[in-house]
Amino acid sequence: MTALPPPPMSLLAELTHRCPLQCPYCSNPLKLDPRGQELDTQEWLRVLDEAAEMGVLQVHFSGGEPMARPDLPDLVRHAAKKGLYSNLITSGVLITPESLHKLAEAGLDHIQLSFQDAQAETADRIAHMAGSHAKKLEAARLIAAEGLPLTLNFVIHRQNAERVPAMLDLAERLGARRVEIAHTQYYGWGLLNRDALLPDRAQLEATEKAVEQARTRLAGRMSIDFVTPDYYAEQPKPCMGGWGQRFINISPAGRVLPCHAAESIPGVVFPTVREASLADIWNTAPLFTMFRGTDWMPEPCKSCAFKEDDWGGCRCQALALAGRADATDPVCHRAPDHTVIERTITARPQTPPPFQYRRFGNA
Amino acid sequence: MNGVTPTPLTEASVPRFARGTRLQYDRVRETWFIQAPERAFQADAVAAEILQLVDGTRALGTIIDQLSEKFSAPRDIIARDVLALAQDLSARQVLVSP
Repeated sequence: MTALPPPPMSLLAELTHRCPLQCPYCSNPLKLDPRGQELDTQEWLRVLDEAAEMGVLQVHFSGGEPMARPDLPDLVRHAAKKGLYSNLITSGVLITPESLHKLAEAGLDHIQLSFQDAQAETADRIAHMAGSHAKKLEAARLIAAEGLPLTLNFVIHRQNAERVPAMLDLAERLGARRVEIAHTQYYGWGLLNRDALLPDRAQLEATEKAVEQARTRLAGRMSIDFVTPDYYAEQPKPCMGGWGQRFINISPAGRVLPCHAAESIPGVVFPTVREASLADIWNTAPLFTMFRGTDWMPEPCKSCAFKEDDWGGCRCQALALAGRADATDPVCHRAPDHTVIERTITARPQTPPPFQYRRFGNA
Repeated sequence: MNGVTPTPLTEASVPRFARGTRLQYDRVRETWFIQAPERAFQADAVAAEILQLVDGTRALGTIIDQLSEKFSAPRDIIARDVLALAQDLSARQVLVSP
């Protein structure tokens, strides 16, 4: 019997795929779970029990828009009772003084509020929702008034990259303790909209510089996480901190996944919380064991000095770009399929095509 | 507000955990963690002893006294550890000293 893997640190609980926004880079899969398949309250409460029992320390309530679930305060309260650190990842458009106060009372630890841009006109166009930016500004004000710690999250792409300095100013004005300047990752909806989103190298470098300057200016007051667009990186990212090593993700319908894009992996059964315990799935389900550690790796990963730094990069990206989930992530300069990345950057159109918005049935 | 570096802490400082951060014992891994937005990081044995005494009422000087007594250790060595940790965690927005 082989030793059990260390338990996950974090649970990403995707409560629903319903969302009033339609961002073209959404991290949800192209095939969205309909409302009728969502786990009910009792099922989520059991999942939280199992997560705490196995050693999960943090739960991220996400979606879609998790505030579309009326039972969210009950889930937050239960997480708090179990000692789980609770984080709400929200668009903010459903936040009212009442709904926010309920969450704070239930013991919510932290809110991560997404913004699409630093200005209303473009932000509303990216979210494909009129008035969304104004609602978010009001949500941020309410969160600050409630005293809840706030992280602002900005997803960066060619159509908003020039406003990164304005985004950092906005975060400071709104009283955020943290801000994430995260370049788009290209799977699912992001991959579908890649030509409309992928920045050029000059844009990327300008965002890096803006972040560097703000870090110096805001040291000790606001921390800034920067996520690079890995198409321009030298090495692949250690996706999810390694497959099945730190994160466990549960889809609205209860499928248990190593990452939110894993449902694209072919030829493997997706275990669900309706059929097995979270610990059993984490420890033994083929979906989790297939790419855990380094045994699965092909060359050039297998003999690479960095194999336990980047864990071979991203399996979903390897599948999407190289056609095989067990290939070296093409982002890596040593990958046999790296030319795919170079060709994509070269073929990027001068004028971005229209967005294909994220909504049920639009993929 | 430009280029602010956090005020140096002294033995008179009375730190507490910022809202959204806390010290928590993990029964599964049998170790202490600092819970903070987006990450939980492990507290080593020394940090855990210090942070268990951080409650928003004890001054750092009091914490130093208690620990040097508990471990029968020289006060100046304990003081160095306590001040360095408090300074580091203040810069990382884990502790605040109003």
